Amino acid sequence: MTHERELSIGVDVGGTNTDAVVLDQDGTVLAATKQPTTADVVGGIRAGVARVLDEIDDRRHAVKRVMLGTTHATNAIVARRSLARVAVVRLGAPSGTEWPPLSDWPDDLSHHVLAGSAMLGGGHMLDGTPIMPLDRYGLLRFLDSIEGRFDAVAVTGVFSPSYPDQEREVDAIIRDHIGPDARIFLSQDIGPTGLIERENATVLNAALHRVAHDVTHALLAVVEEQGLDAVTFFAQNDGTLMSLDFAENFPVLTIGSGPANSIRGAAYLSGAQDAIVVDVGGTTSDLGVVVNGFPRESTLPREIGGVQTNFRMPDILSVGIGGGTIVDVASGRVGPGSVGYRIDREGLLFGGSIPTLTDAAALNSSPIPGRSLPTVDGRTRDALAASLAFVADRLEAAVEQLSLGRMDLPLVVVGGGGFLVPDELSIATEVIRPAHAGVANAVGAAISLAGGRAEHIADIEDREAAIEAASEAAIAKAIQAGADPLKVEVVEVLETPISYTTHPAVNVSVKAAGPLSRLGTTMPALP
Amino acid sequence: MVPHPDGSTPTLVPALTEVGPEDVPALAAGAAIFGTGGGGAVHNASRIVERTLRDFGPVQLIGVEELSEDDAVIMMSGVGAPTVGIEMLSSTAQPETLLREAQRTLGRKITAIMPAEIGGSNGVSPLGWAARLGVKVLDADGMGRAFPEATMISPNVAGVRCEFSVQADVVGNVEVRRPIDLKWLERHARAGVVASGGIVMAAHYPLSADTAPGAVIPRTISRAVSVGQALLTASSPVSAVADVLGADTLITGKIVDVARRTEGGFVRGSLTIAGTGSDRGRLQRIELQNENLVALEDGEVLASVPDLISILDAETGHAISTEMIRFGQRVAVIAWACDPLWRTDRGLELAGPRAFGYDLPYVPFERKSTR
Repeated sequence: MTHERELSIGVDVGGTNTDAVVLDQDGTVLAATKQPTTADVVGGIRAGVARVLDEIDDRRHAVKRVMLGTTHATNAIVARRSLARVAVVRLGAPSGTEWPPLSDWPDDLSHHVLAGSAMLGGGHMLDGTPIMPLDRYGLLRFLDSIEGRFDAVAVTGVFSPSYPDQEREVDAIIRDHIGPDARIFLSQDIGPTGLIERENATVLNAALHRVAHDVTHALLAVVEEQGLDAVTFFAQNDGTLMSLDFAENFPVLTIGSGPANSIRGAAYLSGAQDAIVVDVGGTTSDLGVVVNGFPRESTLPREIGGVQTNFRMPDILSVGIGGGTIVDVASGRVGPGSVGYRIDREGLLFGGSIPTLTDAAALNSSPIPGRSLPTVDGRTRDALAASLAFVADRLEAAVEQLSLGRMDLPLVVVGGGGFLVPDELSIATEVIRPAHAGVANAVGAAISLAGGRAEHIADIEDREAAIEAASEAAIAKAIQAGADPLKVEVVEVLETPISYTTHPAVNVSVKAAGPLSRLGTTMPALP
Repeated sequence: MVPHPDGSTPTLVPALTEVGPEDVPALAAGAAIFGTGGGGAVHNASRIVERTLRDFGPVQLIGVEELSEDDAVIMMSGVGAPTVGIEMLSSTAQPETLLREAQRTLGRKITAIMPAEIGGSNGVSPLGWAARLGVKVLDADGMGRAFPEATMISPNVAGVRCEFSVQADVVGNVEVRRPIDLKWLERHARAGVVASGGIVMAAHYPLSADTAPGAVIPRTISRAVSVGQALLTASSPVSAVADVLGADTLITGKIVDVARRTEGGFVRGSLTIAGTGSDRGRLQRIELQNENLVALEDGEVLASVPDLISILDAETGHAISTEMIRFGQRVAVIAWACDPLWRTDRGLELAGPRAFGYDLPYVPFERKSTR
């Protein structure tokens, strides 16, 4: 027995950089790198993984897992790139006929995605009563009418998160009609109640299936090239992981993973289970909250590429403060403009002529090794000094807003502009600047748990049974996503009362999560 | 316009003659403010109405004073649980079914519909239904705000009897009721809503050129659009909104406590706001039941139902509904006077503080600031 510890590689593919880290079983960072993201994705991943493997050299055979977090799906939607054509089926007519599918999509996006849509009889009421019998004939007629012009089908039934059978029946009918390989996506697997948003998310998901295929295969290719004997995972919106084939089926669940990974990684690197995290970039500071090690989720619908969706995303507050934020000396205004990536040419510290917050920070001590502020006139100096006070105020207000008035949380600072955060803030117990803060995203991907979520509506007297049913379903989804069946547990239960029912009803939403199962080993290796 | 008891008149807004798709964002933002914390989410409704007006063209608005002998008006609204409304959306057939049934029951053609309440989604949706139906919209509503119960409606205050009510569900079921009063209507309508899966569309209170004046709150659609325009275009939205409404800002601060519970189908609770800036050191409490009902400071009532209290985002001026209130939000609380109809004995009996279970005398809210 070698007693060799298992290692994990975390990779984060961002718009600009691809970060990679190696973590050992204790979660210690053994290697870290930042590489430019490439257009084909695979190049950046290959460079990042090769670099960290070089650093750990002889221990590469101990890498047992590779976790990827990426904004690739988001970028595909924004750029209208590689999107599949989707046939959209809604079950529940006449309900919802006021609002046909994709009504509020930007024209150019729906032009890329929509192969045709049908509003068919079917769906359920809140108590499970069918709205109309399922229109099987209408379904077949619709599919025949667009034959050969679609790559995938998205199916959304009214109240399907609570009554899933009908969507599944439709799935079977379609496979029977057009073949077992049909790409069919059911809304019950994608989002909670809120028909338009769930339908939008389901269609986006279907549209992204090729993109997801490409990126998952890019990761597999790199793992194979490097000769790693490792299991691969994807990071999803709520800070948990899913298996690669799951990610290939649910790419829409990766869309919020960037901020989630950043928050989880920052919390992990700092050792804080409950904290506020601020990621200070060049243009904005993104703040989030960690509760029991998980990112707090937003209660508001989120827009992606101009489309409203309601899948759960981290609750992020973006403030227009970053290292490149411009300080206007004449008016004393700070931002919202930023020199962005041009800071290495345009900032005063770099010989440029535009005063930025990075220059303001240099009044005290230079944030950039080897660079110092050139002589500036009194007015500029005053404006820069005043801007630092403004930044402290804005960040303090943002932290206060996110912390719900709690004063007992630490503030964890990550990101390249972290020097803008003062060492003391009256609203936080302490300001923590963890090591490896620059690759917090990749660390977040590497340490994530596998998770799943499910919903159930029931009479309030049956709420315990409803929680149990939803818990079982959520646990099953978490296991499907890769969680260890022996260690998965319910981590969150949300209850929403519903009025105007025969008996008071309640909607319960349960999230389960657990550490990844160790494939091929029955016992964790001892140190 | 009826002068207020204190002799002042609310700011006059221009009366619109039509509402087009480009007016919908302003109408929605204004209706959310008149929702005073309740009235359902305007977001879905405004998306649907904007699209319908684009497809069917603008809707003609007529003033109460313009109604002729040939006109017949009926109130239309969605009734039920918002949680259901976001999943089981309306069908295009529902407004048509309602109008046809209402005409049959009334025995004459209905020429215009009007919102039962201007507050929240029910202030926005009727514009889309009217466009689809090809009828006019009366520039008025039955509340001048949002209220939770069927009895709290202006013709009931004015003593006009509700001849009938029609309810249509998403499947196609239609129910016609001839209630002896609004309390009974509420009871029967609720039972029907439950049987229909939690949400219906309803038409009630047929009105005419004889009965409408004095029994509806006039010009509220135009007013909601004006308020929304002020909000969306001004550089300091909160004070612009307050100016159009004739409102005072009661406090600017942040939410430091939220206590909410669900009881009998209503959200009840209270909010505490700590003043910031020039209001530093002050604490204000808002009592709520779906809507914001009473604003208190140091044990003193600053404003109460039926006067209006709205909580706005301090920066954007957008109304924040009671469900969306969170700790730490920066808000401005504004209050303004209700329509004089609500200040009559009958109005206060139906919608004064005591009607909501508060043992408080009603003190009419008066604007103190002059601008």
